[in-house]
Amino acid sequence: MAGIEDLYREIILDHYRSPRNRGELPVPPAHKVEGFNPLCGDEVVLYLDVDPASDTVRDVKIAGQGCSISQASTSMMSAAVKGRPLAEVRKLIRAFKALMSIHESKLEGDGEGDGSDLAAELAGVRLGDLEALQGVVKFPVRIKCATLAWNTLQQALDETAQAQA
Amino acid sequence: MSALDVATVKRDFPILERKVNGKRLVYLDSASSAQKPLAVLDAMDDSYRRHYANIHRGVYTIAEEATAAFEAARRKVARFVNAPHAEEIVFTRNATESINLVAYSWARANLRAGDAIVLSHMEHHANVVPWQMLAAERGVELRWVPLTSDFRLDLSDLEALLDGARLLAISAMSNVLGTLNDIRPLADAAHAHGALVLVDACQYVPHVATDVQQWDADFIAFSSHKLCGPTGIGALWSRLELLEAMPPFLGGGEMIRDVRLDGFTTNDVPWKFEAGTPAIVEAVGFGAAVDYISAFGMDAVRAHEVSLTGYALEALRDRFGESLTIYGPTDLDRRGGAVSFLFDGIHAHDVSQVLDEDAVCVRAGHHCAKPLMRQLGVPATTRASFYVYNDEADVDALIEALAKAQKFFAV
Repeated sequence: MAGIEDLYREIILDHYRSPRNRGELPVPPAHKVEGFNPLCGDEVVLYLDVDPASDTVRDVKIAGQGCSISQASTSMMSAAVKGRPLAEVRKLIRAFKALMSIHESKLEGDGEGDGSDLAAELAGVRLGDLEALQGVVKFPVRIKCATLAWNTLQQALDETAQAQA
Repeated sequence: MSALDVATVKRDFPILERKVNGKRLVYLDSASSAQKPLAVLDAMDDSYRRHYANIHRGVYTIAEEATAAFEAARRKVARFVNAPHAEEIVFTRNATESINLVAYSWARANLRAGDAIVLSHMEHHANVVPWQMLAAERGVELRWVPLTSDFRLDLSDLEALLDGARLLAISAMSNVLGTLNDIRPLADAAHAHGALVLVDACQYVPHVATDVQQWDADFIAFSSHKLCGPTGIGALWSRLELLEAMPPFLGGGEMIRDVRLDGFTTNDVPWKFEAGTPAIVEAVGFGAAVDYISAFGMDAVRAHEVSLTGYALEALRDRFGESLTIYGPTDLDRRGGAVSFLFDGIHAHDVSQVLDEDAVCVRAGHHCAKPLMRQLGVPATTRASFYVYNDEADVDALIEALAKAQKFFAV
């Protein structure tokens, strides 16, 4: 049985109580994207400022409201991508989403063969604090809370790329 | 009528014997869906085992029995809400479908661009979205009755809102706030302006004696599953002459009298609105649920819930004071047993997650009432709701689990 300590690790509660990178950025040059979780009413507002010359995340700010998981995940995401090259950010998104889904299938007793996929996604990616969120997958209803920020980031990257194309 | 003996009532519900996380199940989410007593489970089981066949078709014995049981259920539901005729009960999938039936049949036949429909800020999405869809399609205007600061309908501009309106569609009890709305004066006011009245009575019918004749509304929607009956069946009550004048909703078998290559004629009311094989066994379960709840006496059900809601409101205030906000009226006469609240600084989902550790089942979220949530200025609330199988020990378990959650997320 998964206990709530698996879900609410101390580092998650810390990000929830003291979220990093709260605020807004001027649009443009930043790109603003809003993400919603219709189930919970969780809301993530992401300001992403990409430096086109170096293809790196120059700055990121977050706003919005929601449960501890969605808000902590958003805070951790902002800390993880700030100053990073876009290629690394995209890898991180894939790695994080793999971390969320691999555990889901393992829970359903279908873990065979998935380990290598996860290993491939995670190769060369340092998740750091983000690993604290892996307990979320034992609470399937809450996975959407954890991935909301990352889906919003994906959307922001896609829209930024389109705008620059 | 004597008070409910909850210890005995609990034994009627097999699921309440379950343990979750090693704890006794404390089910406080009946406003979302109520649990099912043995009387309902047995009636449905017996129906499938001994009397099952399609209805209104076969002439063989078990088909006759199935038809008789289905129509007997309709009579039970009709009596339960004091409908003058059993044929005024149309079986639907749920209250949502009942409202959609009115939106597709009556409203699309009768409303045109510029007509107005009056709703309120406390409506469930089921009584909002069908009208928004109609508004987008037909250019119908939607008007809104706002709320007062003590979570009631603000009726100060009602006359102006009803001026030129064709329909007032309003909840009898808010699923979030617990507010009970006094339907009769609203119906009188609407009728004085020539508007019809639809009542979303989903939260009301299971908990308070309902008399459709006293309300004098035109359409009333409710469901079986909040009344300890099965999912998959609900009801629409309307006056016979209105139902007869309305065009059919879904087309198919059962709803026709005759079909030729160049057209069809419709069946009598209510079968005109019951296309296809209906939820036969669910209807039997719905009837059994009506029998089960009726046996307590609706006045006893209401008295029990008033007492338990009072106990819960007091316990929440005593234990948590200013750190917890209750969204709903405090006057027990004007509210039902759905209690929404929010801890300062703790999200409703986190609260309900911690409560699950102690097998306390509450609802967290927007309760399918996002316009209301925006009015309240909160993204979500936690809601505990009561029914015949809940007692003060359940409320005590809630309070203890909430204290744990508060401690856990202490900022």
